[in-house]
Formats: sequence, C-alpha cells, structure tokens
Amino acid sequence: MKPIRVVVLGGGPAGLYASLLLKRVSPKADVTVLERNPAGATYGWGVVFSDRTLTEFREADQPTYEAITDRFVLWDAIDIHYRDELIRSGGHVFAGIARVALLGILARRAEELGVELRFETEVEDVAGLDADLVVGADGVNSLVRGAHEDVFRPRLTSGRSRYVWYGTDRVLDSFTFIFRENDHGLFQVHAYPFDGTRSTWVVECDEETWRRAGLDAAGEEESIAYCEKLFADDLRGHSLFSNRSQWINFVTVRSRTWRHGNVVLLGDAAHTAHFSIGSGTKLAMEDAISLARGFERHGDDLPAALADYELERKPVVERFQEAADESRSWFERTRRYVHLEPMRFAFYLFTRSGRIDYDNLRLRDPAYVDRVDRWFAGRDVAPPPIHTPLRLRDLVLRNRVAARPGGEEDGGNGFPGPSLEDGVSRAADGGAALVLTGPVAVSAEGRITPASPGLYRAEHPAAWRDIVERAHASGAAVAVPLGHAGRRGSTRPRGHGIDRPLPRDNWPLVGPSALPYTERSQPPRKMERRDMDAVVRDFAEAAGRALDAGVDLLLVHMAHGYLLASFLSPLTNLRLDRYGGRLLENRMRFPLEVFEAVRAAWPDTRPLGAVVQASDWAPGGLELDDAVAVARALAERGCDLVMPLAGQAVPGDRPRFGRAYLAPAADRLRNEAGVPTLCGGAIATTGLANTLVAGARADLCVLDPD
Amino acid sequence: MRVGVGLPNGIPGTEATALLEWARRAERGPFTSVGVVDRIAYDCHEPMAALSAAAAVTERVSLVTMVVIGPLRNTAVLAKEAAFIDALSGGRLVLGLSVGAREADYEAAGVAPRERGRTLDRQLAELRDRWEEGPGSRPARDGGPVLLVGGTSDRAFGRMARYADGYVHGGGPPRAFARAAERARTAWADAGRPGRPPLWGQSYFALGDDALDAGRAYMRDYYAFTGPFAERIAEGLLTTPQQVAAQLRGYAEAGCDELVLLPAVSDPEQVDRLADVVSGL
Repeated sequence: MKPIRVVVLGGGPAGLYASLLLKRVSPKADVTVLERNPAGATYGWGVVFSDRTLTEFREADQPTYEAITDRFVLWDAIDIHYRDELIRSGGHVFAGIARVALLGILARRAEELGVELRFETEVEDVAGLDADLVVGADGVNSLVRGAHEDVFRPRLTSGRSRYVWYGTDRVLDSFTFIFRENDHGLFQVHAYPFDGTRSTWVVECDEETWRRAGLDAAGEEESIAYCEKLFADDLRGHSLFSNRSQWINFVTVRSRTWRHGNVVLLGDAAHTAHFSIGSGTKLAMEDAISLARGFERHGDDLPAALADYELERKPVVERFQEAADESRSWFERTRRYVHLEPMRFAFYLFTRSGRIDYDNLRLRDPAYVDRVDRWFAGRDVAPPPIHTPLRLRDLVLRNRVAARPGGEEDGGNGFPGPSLEDGVSRAADGGAALVLTGPVAVSAEGRITPASPGLYRAEHPAAWRDIVERAHASGAAVAVPLGHAGRRGSTRPRGHGIDRPLPRDNWPLVGPSALPYTERSQPPRKMERRDMDAVVRDFAEAAGRALDAGVDLLLVHMAHGYLLASFLSPLTNLRLDRYGGRLLENRMRFPLEVFEAVRAAWPDTRPLGAVVQASDWAPGGLELDDAVAVARALAERGCDLVMPLAGQAVPGDRPRFGRAYLAPAADRLRNEAGVPTLCGGAIATTGLANTLVAGARADLCVLDPD
Repeated sequence: MRVGVGLPNGIPGTEATALLEWARRAERGPFTSVGVVDRIAYDCHEPMAALSAAAAVTERVSLVTMVVIGPLRNTAVLAKEAAFIDALSGGRLVLGLSVGAREADYEAAGVAPRERGRTLDRQLAELRDRWEEGPGSRPARDGGPVLLVGGTSDRAFGRMARYADGYVHGGGPPRAFARAAERARTAWADAGRPGRPPLWGQSYFALGDDALDAGRAYMRDYYAFTGPFAERIAEGLLTTPQQVAAQLRGYAEAGCDELVLLPAVSDPEQVDRLADVVSGL
C-alpha cells in the first residue's frame, strides 16, 4: 500500500505537534507542514500548561517532553492584587514557556522525525490540496474551516472586554491578577512568567473604560506608556514590550463538527477558550495527541481515526469552553464586584469558572482556605462558611443551610397536612437553620390545589403553631412564602402532574389578564381594582396570622407564574392600565403594593423577603435584568432576603436544570440590588454551598443532597 | 433497587412466540418487570401488542415500555391500548414515552419530526384525560397506568416533572445515569411535585461467550444511527456476571429505583443466565 500523504496547514504549536506525532505513529506517512510566516516568527509571548497537560506530553513523545521541561519555568501560586492587598493561594501547578522556544523545540523534533516543514508558503486553494489527510491547524481565522463553512458551521462570538497582549521584563513567580482603578475605569492584568527573564502581561478592561482612556485612538507606544504608568507600582520599574500588540476583543470559536471527509480541524481553528482560564496552546496540543492516538488505534482507517478524535476531544473541549465562558464573563463584569472585600473578591475569582470549588481549594492549599474561613466567621477558630450564623433583623440563623421538605400533599381546607408537619420537623432535626415550606395560600381562592396549606382562616394559625414550635425546639427557624396561585389555581393535587384542572368543585380564578394557563385551564377573570384591594388585604391578614403562628421569616411569592409573578411577566400581563403594559415599572406596581402591605403588617423586628422570578425561560418573557430591577424596588421597601426561581410562567418553557442553575441569578440580585440571597436549585454538596456563600453569591443555600 | 428484564421484541429475526417464552421465564425469575423497546423503521415487534401478550402469560411482573415513541402514535389509539393492557394486567402497565432519537422512525411513520416535543406534551396531558373519562377500557388504577418520560434535554426533564409519574433513562454508564438523576430530581422539586421521582434505568446484556459476538453486532446495528458512537455503545454491553454486578451496583448508588436489563440476543436461555446472576447477588 502506498504511504498516506498528510498536509498540515499552520506551523503553530498545534500543527507542528500534530505533524510530529502523526509521523511517529505512521513513520511511512508523508507529512508536510505549510506555514505562511517565516521560521521563527511568532506573535504572543509565553504559553502556560498545567501539570496534567505535561503528563500527557510525556506519554505522547518523550523527547519533546524533555525538551519542554528543560526550558520551562514552574510555579504553583496564584496571586491576586486588589485594593493594595495581596491574596495568595498555592497548590496550582503551572508551567510556562516562551512561545518561540516551544515552536523551536517542536520544529526541530518534527524535522528529526522526517516531517517536511515549508515556511513562507501561502496556500490559495485549500480544497484543491492533494493529500489523503488535510489537517487545519491554521488558527482562529482558519482557511481550512472557511473552505467548508457549511459543514463545520463555525459560531464566532465576541467578548465584551478589550485586551492587549504585552510582555515585560518584570520577573514573576506566580500567576498574577492585578486590579487597578483610575479615573477612566477598572483595569485588570493577567500575568505569568514564561522564562527566567520575562513574563506575559495581558491588560484587560471594558469597552467604555478603554474609550475613556483614549486607548481606541492610541498608537502602540502610547498604549504602552499608558499601561506602564497605570501599573508602575506593579511593574517596579520594569517595562512593557509590544509584539505588534493590538487591543482586541476575544473571539470564541465553536464548530458544529471538526471533521469533513479527509479534512480535520485542530486547535484554534476548531475552538477557542478565553485566556483567563489557560492557554489555547494547551488545548491545541492535547488535540494533536488525541488525533495521533486515533491513528494509532485505527491504522489507515481514516474516517474511524477522525471520528475517534472528535468523539474524544469535543466533549472535553466543550466543557472547558463552558468554564472559560464563565471566566470570561466574570472578568467582563468585575466592576460589579469591586464593592466586595478583598478576601471575598479573591475567593470568588478563584472559584469563578465552576472548575474549582471550596473543597478543591482546600485540597490545593488548606492554609488559604483556613484564612477564608477565619475571615468569614470573624474569629480565630472558624468553621466552614455555611456553618456560620446569619442575622436578618432580629432573627439569627444558626447556619447558612435551608431545607425544603417535599412531602405528600395531604392537607385540606387550608390546614397543613401530616406530611408537611413531619417534613418540617425532620428538616429541623437534620440541622438546617431554616425550614422553607412550599407556597402558603393567602385565601381559599389563592390555593393551588384543594390540598394546599393556607393562612386564611382564623383556625389556621393554631395548626401552624404546633409545626413552628417543633422546629423551634430543634433550633431551626421557619420560613413561609405567602402566595396566591392566580391563574394556576383550582388544580388537582400534584401526584400525577401539575396544572391539571379539578374535575369538579372548581373555584373561580383571577389574573392580570383573562389568559388561561394551559389549553385545558380555566380562564381567569381579569382583576379589577377592587379585586386587587381584596388580594392586598388577604396578604396583609395572612401576614398577621403567620405572626400568630410564630413564623420567623415571611416571603412574598412572586415567581413561577403565580398571581404576583403573572403581573410581572410581559407574557401574561396584557393590561393597558397602570398595572400592565410594556414597562416593568407598571407591571411591578401591584406586586410591590402587596409587598408594602405585608411589610406594614409584619413586625419591624422580623425579616421579610420575596421569592423573585429570575427568568421566565421563554422568549419575550421576564429576564434577569428585570429581576434585578424588581429586587432593587423590593430592597427600597424593606426587603431582607430574595430567593430567585425561574420558569413556569408559561407551560412549554425552556428550562435549564444544570448544577446550581440559580446561582448566577442569586449573584446578580445580591451584588447589584444589594439584597441578601437564598439560593436553591441543584446544590448537592456542601462544597458547592460553601463556594456560593464564601464567594458572595448567596447568603443561604437550599441543599439538595443526592 | 428492583431489576427487570427486557423482551427481545427489538432483535431482528426473533419469532413472535419467543416473546411469550421470555415473559414466562422472566415471571419465574427474580425480576420485577419485563420491558420492550419501540422502533418503526427496524425489524421490531410492536411493543404495545407485545406487552399485551406478555400480560396474558404473567401475573406478577410490571409491563414497561422503554420507551414508546409517543409522537409516532395517535394519542386516542395509544390511550386505548394502554388502558386495555392496564385493565388486562390488573394495573401492571408502566408506559414510558419519549420523542425518540431516530429521524428514520418519523419518516417511516409519515410524521414530521419538527413539533415532536410539543406533540408529546399534548399527548401526555391528553392520555390522563382519556384514561379517566374514556371511552374505552377502564384502567385498573385511578389515574391510569404509570407514566414515565425519557430524554436528556432540559425540556425533557421539565416535561417529565410537569406530566409524568417518573423518569426513564436511555442507557449508559452509571455516571451518565447519575447526572440525569440529579436533573430529574431537580426538575421534580422545581415543579413542586411531592416526594421524589421514581427513576428507571436500562442497560443491554448478552451473557456467555456464545452470545458475545451476536450481542455486539446487534448493538452496532441497532445504534448505527449514532455513527461512530455505536462502537462505544457496543463496548458497554454487559457480557459477564461481574459486569452485570458492577452495573447494578453503580445504578443503585446513583439512585435508580428499577433497572431493566434489555437483551442483545434473543435466546430464552439468556433469561435464566441473567436470573442466576441477579439471584446470586
């Protein structure tokens, strides 16, 4: 059989490494690398690898591994410089190497193995290349990808920040983040060493800051001068160097597939991931290893080898891209967190991407996490953050964990059933500081099902008092969300599904507009002003009964498509009066009236919160920006805690049930509206709960252990 | 964790009468259910008819579809079939439904796949109404047969929590099941459903050296539509008692309530081999 002919487009790390590994696996193959630039030309400064990537290098090709490890610098700390404080965490092993040195190593090894390297070779017609295998390792603007755009279907998204890639002769001994504010705005540096004499120094800021600083109009030297002045203290007299460095936006590339016939994409040509979480070079070289492994497994069966490569790498890279996106977006919104104290700010930075949590950090650097604990608790002998008390007005919660008992629905006539009673005591005995019930109806018409518990009859508080007292006896407080089902009322108990209308004995429904919830639901009556007055009164009276019952924390339920949420959502509130319409200000008028009435009826010593709709998960529906505005308005009216929920505004929405899926909402409500948050939603481990609490995303978590 | 066994209704070349023998042997074994799969564009015995037959030769085991592709069927007809099997079996039907994964089945059934999610939503709501109100056979239980919904998209989990009695997973290693289980529980709690959703899993088996090649070949063929992934799925086939034991343990730890082991070869001897393994654990 005739030896296979491989053409690699692009002589960067991905292309060179792939060429030499393919040649190693198939020594008879004819492997050629075509590179547009001259040998030794490079942009950028250093690249970073984790210790795990280095291990993979060793397994893939020992000589390159040795050559790389001869030249690299190794460090294990991340330093955060923020408000003139330095916060350091160890145990993060990284290796850095100059990009030009890496390219030299790879090129020499490729030639040694018999790969033909052709520099200064421009390829005009990618589709016309004569080869059994074409490897597109030609970077973010890949010609190879462009030649088959209909198949690869690349999606390019641009980051909001501006950044520039400088070098410096300031020698660093850690991965270093620096935050500096001046009159123009907030700037951040991502810097790391890459050889014994120099470091990479990436400067990033938001678009407005960049323009205010005049950097949009500045030349290369003016930009450098600006940054050298801004970071003079950090550079300690050293200089910044440009390498045709331009201020750009980071472009994330995603491709539907990475292979097409005999063409395969590698590295930046297939995918990019934001620099704040690691280098694209790392991903590219791991791609090369995987591609060569595919060939090792399948010999000359090209389609099988390429399929294997994509199957192995794509899920890994996509997970990495998700984390990189989280990280990119964190750095784009840093301004929102500058009110945080340095310990908290730094902890959130470490845990921003979701790849490292409180427990991982403790493994890497126990002393650092001990410092976080001590800082959080404000004492020398400190438990993990979720075990510290929280004070809301006169209520002191023993820890940061809330439990939500979910028993059978066995109540009736608004009385709590035995399984609710059981669930509350069990949660209280289990150690949660706060036991949170499901929605509790403010009127008979406000019930979801005939089994819904309520606080609307004179006899109800006594029934609740037993439950509350049992929880208190175990040291837990009880939180009750007061709600009105609105157009989701008069349905069957939820054993066989939700929103199924009662077969008989229905009660009339009310809503902001006369829109039924599902095709089968009873249409609600559009509320008139007198109906609103009645509902406001019901909420206030229910608050009085909750007080009689001894409830510690009251919440007003404004989520999941129930009455108040249906006023907030533009999908369900079609009113043209001052309680509806296009403006959120109008749509939230009635829910706020209700909140004010409850606040007035509820003692100043006791905390009052709200369950807030963070997103309708439906096109045209309520979004997180709206929720922030609602939370701000609530905060002005004495709201002490918000709990985000999402979806169920309309059936057939597009939910997202990933791990801690409500945490981004809790984060924004807390840090933008300035209200403490209670965050639930797939928080299964104490590690995750500690991460959210210490990282200023939540003040309380609902823990749902597996 | 309860363990069920599949009937070979989706294995090409299986005689219709072989399903009865499988069902009888399953009933005698340590199994709590018999399961069937559903394909239109494949050599596959019709699953509802197959369960009807299985109902007639068993008294104890649950009869479960893993899964029936809902949108390919007329809802009124499906409701009647299901109600009849439930009535006939004394309330043993567990109807697992999903949108399926193969476009070819939609083509073969002459159904446009575009609106399949919404179609399944409507079906789920309608099935309950029809079971309660008729006309047709009266299901043995109030509320009708147990309804499960499958799928791994967030919308599928949302649909499960809104309409169904539990979740049915499409197979894979225990960690894949564990991820799905977490989402199912999350969606369930988010919808305000009481308790926890019952979780059903499935895995393929072919025990004994004589069954290995045929079993793997079947897996490759049945999952050919997944392209290169079929080979991975074939590698996941449980072929030794140890693999079955490890899978059972992994699924139990991930919170599975009932794992149905589906056959990859149709020899009824397989039921007894599996029974020996499961009884011995």
